Amino acid sequence: MWTEFGSTTPPSDDVRWRIVGATMRRHGHRPNALIETLHTVQETFGYLDEQALRYVAAALRVPLSQVYGVATFYHFFNLKPKGKHTCVVCTGTACYIKGVPALLNAIEEQHGVKPGETTADGNISVMSARCLGSCGLAPAAVLDGEVVGKLTPNDLIERMGKWGKNDA
Amino acid sequence: MTPEEIAKVITTEQEARLKYKHHVCVCVAAGCLSSHSDQVKAALEAEVKNQGREQDVHVRGVGCMGLCAAGPLVTTKPETLYQEVKAEDAADIIASLDSDPVKRLEGPASDPFFTRQVKIVLENCGVIDPERIEDYIAAGGYGALQNALTEMTPAEVIEEVYKSGLRGRGGAGYPTGLKWSTVSKASGTQKYVICNADEGDPGAFMDRSVLESDPHRVLEGMAIAAYAVGASQGYVYVRAEYPLAIQRLQNAIKQARRLHFLGNDICGTTFSFNIDVRLGAGAFVCGEETALIASVEGRRGNPRPRPPYPAESGLWDCPTLINNVETLASIAPIIRKGGEWYASIGTEKSRGTKVFALAGRVKNTGLIEVPMGMTLRDIVFSIGGGIPDGKRFKAVQTGGPSGGCIPEEFLDMPVDYESLNKLGSIMGSGGMIVMDETSCMVDVASYFMEFCMSESCGKCVPCRVGTAQMHDLLTKITQGRACLEDLELLEELCDLVRNTSLCGLGQSAPNPILSTLKYFKDEYLAHIDGKTCPAGVCSIHKPVEVEA
Repeated sequence: MWTEFGSTTPPSDDVRWRIVGATMRRHGHRPNALIETLHTVQETFGYLDEQALRYVAAALRVPLSQVYGVATFYHFFNLKPKGKHTCVVCTGTACYIKGVPALLNAIEEQHGVKPGETTADGNISVMSARCLGSCGLAPAAVLDGEVVGKLTPNDLIERMGKWGKNDA
Repeated sequence: MTPEEIAKVITTEQEARLKYKHHVCVCVAAGCLSSHSDQVKAALEAEVKNQGREQDVHVRGVGCMGLCAAGPLVTTKPETLYQEVKAEDAADIIASLDSDPVKRLEGPASDPFFTRQVKIVLENCGVIDPERIEDYIAAGGYGALQNALTEMTPAEVIEEVYKSGLRGRGGAGYPTGLKWSTVSKASGTQKYVICNADEGDPGAFMDRSVLESDPHRVLEGMAIAAYAVGASQGYVYVRAEYPLAIQRLQNAIKQARRLHFLGNDICGTTFSFNIDVRLGAGAFVCGEETALIASVEGRRGNPRPRPPYPAESGLWDCPTLINNVETLASIAPIIRKGGEWYASIGTEKSRGTKVFALAGRVKNTGLIEVPMGMTLRDIVFSIGGGIPDGKRFKAVQTGGPSGGCIPEEFLDMPVDYESLNKLGSIMGSGGMIVMDETSCMVDVASYFMEFCMSESCGKCVPCRVGTAQMHDLLTKITQGRACLEDLELLEELCDLVRNTSLCGLGQSAPNPILSTLKYFKDEYLAHIDGKTCPAGVCSIHKPVEVEA
């Protein structure tokens, strides 16, 4: 089988690619480092774009189709950039029983976005998590990296209201 | 490390501890951290300086104390537990150390929640500092590994685990000793040990708490397992959604390597074993062992048919032992105190203890460990403190999306693998969600089916298509658009998906439907015939009469 691999030089001279390169080096550029490498790319750049996928495919000598397959199979990887602020609502069983549907409805009413979507101005991304493991604090959400528990729809809307509009 | 060196660490630690008159322990596991226990800890430390007590008061961060709902938790003496502590309370807590405790903050330290638990896996949780290996050693840690390597043959280790009657805590309940013995007998020079920490069940956080509160216990269990089966490399496959657990685990691995509990020539013997961390990426199916292996190899998490079982051909086609976090966390105490001691706890077929994540509509939500065979009623009403807000108990859900709902009439059943199976549920990894009358059981079944539908990997047709069809039918029922034939079709599909799916995900996906249909059929019928939702959860649109 003959597969053509693309260029193994980073897509740009952004210094952050060195972090990605370091991960691949640590794993000896073996194909099985794919998931670890994608984690590093997402941690560094926030999401996986096409040029990143092409670069990783070439550097690890994994077919691009397989890289794309892995990137889309796992829910943790984002192929689109996130908004300025993120709200991850936990949809685990305990949170669901304690009123997550009401939280999601409130967000949709206020900001017009469902989980997985970003507001048109790129200000807020709303996501859902399978379970944050903070079931003792249900219902919980992660607002810009901070876990907030025992939420009511009003609490949540008020906290998200502080994020204002995207003026950047 | 030699036994003498270990003993030296223990004495140094004990001396260091005796220097202080008071030890103030603050929970720094994720539950309490998200209610800002880090700020509480900082405030307490500042207050110790402020009141000039640096000489006799020591503030420490410890792992999960269990009662997550009342966090942040702080203890000052074994009998004094403070709940919902805020940074502003620090001054009062430090000032009261030599007198009576602060009344307004006192938590239920003598509540059945604490007194009725039997802690083996969680024995160090809430007691030791998870970020210091010396704390773990002082609590007897790595003694079992030392003992196994120097005093026991691999066969004797396996025999001890076999005698303990320990069964896989990931949910399936396969005898651990048997699994170890299969891997040890498998031919091949390279073998692997994998710790499954891909805790995907929504509503379960046992593994996360153990990794965050006592990571060394898992590493010690893995090293003992590796010695027993003859493996030289191990992986911990942990969810990327648990950043704190990953950080503490990596820290623990570094410390264990430094003291030669991992790496080459462990404990002065010729045994070598390394552990690496692999991150999951949010796929529930990767909890299935063959899918997990694919994911560790860097591929999509698609399961494959078994046999061959991973014990014979697993990671990179080498014999691989896969055990869950809680299983591995039970190993060190078994080696330390003997298999017979462990087997004396629990019921005849389910030995030992089980950790549950108690959550949902129950007063004391949090992490508990109870002996096998305790009744559900004791767990929910005695330890859990019953249902809040004067509501009525309806069901308890065990086993996550693969489990079922158990109604009130079976509350006196003992909790063990067999009884739960008989009721149409499973032990699962230990998520236990309590539901009251405000939950609609059809809606709950639909919630789980939505979960299975979107988590299905898509490899086999019954699971990929079947879960989607079942979800459609449940949606139809919850919207009041279904007829009785739909219910028949649903039951038929349950049977088909259960019997023809490739892996455990599909085979157990119908369980939430089957168990709710068995015990709460009246609720299904109310949606279909009466077009009403008895719990008032589902929004049913009444059909509009159209004039001819």
